[in-house]
Amino acid sequence: MSVLVYVENAEGKFKKSIFEVVSYAAAVAEQLKTELIAISIGNVSPDDLSSLGKYGASKVLNVSNDKLKSFVNQAYASIIADAAKKESSTVVVFSNTFSAKGLAPRVAVKLKAGLADSAVELPEIDNEKFLIKKTAFSGKAFATIELVSAIKVITLNPNSYQVKEIGSAGKVEDFTPEFKESDFRTMISEIVRASDKIALPDAELVVSAGRGMKGPENWGMIEELASVLGAATACSKPVSDAGWRPHEEHVGQTGIAVSPNLYIAIGISGAIQHLAGVSSSKTIVVINKDPEAPFFKVADYGIVGDAFDVVPKLIEAIKAYKSNS
Amino acid sequence: MKVLVCVSNVPDTTTKVTFSSDNTQFNTAGVQYILNPYDEIALARAIELTEGGKGTVTIIHVGEISSEPTIRKALAIGADAAVRINAVPRDAYFVAAQIADYAKDKGFDMILTGRESIDYNGSQLASMIGEFMDIPSISIIKKLDIDSNEASIVREIEGGKEMLKVSFPFIASCAEGVAEPKIPNMRGIMSARTKPLEVIEASAVEKLLDFKSYSIPAPRGSVTMLGTDDTQKLVDLLHTKSKVI
Repeated sequence: MSVLVYVENAEGKFKKSIFEVVSYAAAVAEQLKTELIAISIGNVSPDDLSSLGKYGASKVLNVSNDKLKSFVNQAYASIIADAAKKESSTVVVFSNTFSAKGLAPRVAVKLKAGLADSAVELPEIDNEKFLIKKTAFSGKAFATIELVSAIKVITLNPNSYQVKEIGSAGKVEDFTPEFKESDFRTMISEIVRASDKIALPDAELVVSAGRGMKGPENWGMIEELASVLGAATACSKPVSDAGWRPHEEHVGQTGIAVSPNLYIAIGISGAIQHLAGVSSSKTIVVINKDPEAPFFKVADYGIVGDAFDVVPKLIEAIKAYKSNS
Repeated sequence: MKVLVCVSNVPDTTTKVTFSSDNTQFNTAGVQYILNPYDEIALARAIELTEGGKGTVTIIHVGEISSEPTIRKALAIGADAAVRINAVPRDAYFVAAQIADYAKDKGFDMILTGRESIDYNGSQLASMIGEFMDIPSISIIKKLDIDSNEASIVREIEGGKEMLKVSFPFIASCAEGVAEPKIPNMRGIMSARTKPLEVIEASAVEKLLDFKSYSIPAPRGSVTMLGTDDTQKLVDLLHTKSKVI
């Protein structure tokens, strides 16, 4: 028996959300009194692989092959399912990334496993019962699911579980599964990723702005606020639709869902569709000229004021705080 | 080109979400059901790609007779025919198995779905159908173009995008950007009434999970309002009280 955790890499490196999911999977393995095995596919350095031991992986399966250095959904799914069978894994865990959303369901079907996506906490395991809580209704509710299959698959939302260092370097073992040619029917032609910017789904701090900014030419102070905070920038749907900001910054029901520790919303009224994308934020700060803006109802802190007055002051306050700490 | 578009019938987002029967069921009282917005995007693209005699679009829906208005809306938007698998869509695995069972011998070149349903947000359907049918699946795509029997697709990834190619047959789930949803015109609405809607009984599928209960997130607590000159105080609170900076 074992718990298997898939450790996705981005250009050969692991992000914080991966250390979170390894810590989470280690806790699940502890609940089941079994070991945690990690599986990595792609070109990751031996040091980075063995560092997963720190978060509780006793063994790291390393699948490294030229054909697999970029994500190939079907091939990765076959490999992970094969590893789960080889290691008699009863639980397979993924971090809920874009790639995992495509991958975990295929693995679940291969293993005839019940799949709980977007999990927000550890499962409740009681004898034969396996219950797990996930988000539902676009963030307006939680659903508790019972997984009744022999094997279970879980995808964990980023920033839902804290990284815990509990172990030491893990053993790395090369794993060379059988390949099926038919698993390689998609061909990646290009990957475009701004490596210097913090990706919104992973961001712990987000500065977001909306129509209250009046035009794209006024975004300088938003970018500056984000820069002094070390935050990612985001925007509301009208701003993205108007072409003021790139589509990748659109947070909301039909855009990106964020789950940061801090979400600062500037000049955004707080329509339900926008709130659906931010409800998992731990702390929300709202700055808006309109005291009736619905966003204030879900804010932790609010300032009724003109963004062009408040944001520069906030930038100065943060600069002062950073230089004193 | 033969296209299948999977659609689901979901509660409108602006709905207040409540649960009944001791929090074990979604409370449908007074709730407006609509065609899942992402499925509308998938349908619009399917119609664009098959327009002018270039192909056909079939709708498939797993649901009860109460969802037929939503199916007729999809027909009104421009699909050619519809199939309803008569069953409660109890989870993605069940729905995927039904759709794969129907589609397996129909020779569809491309199957499209929305990236997720707005009630369960699972993003599971396209991948599961792909696995049941042993065809490639590409999830959460932002752009879809076809050139003879090959698709050029842009897939969303953290902080960027991935461009890839795949030949027919394949399945993809569509996000914002693939197409603008189409509004049914008068002609569409009239013809929807007579377009074929086939009803098929569901097959038995093993149960892998059960939705046991629901809950609403604890309310956030009241907002601390600060003045426009309290930015220093806000920073202090974010650091000492909320501990987020």
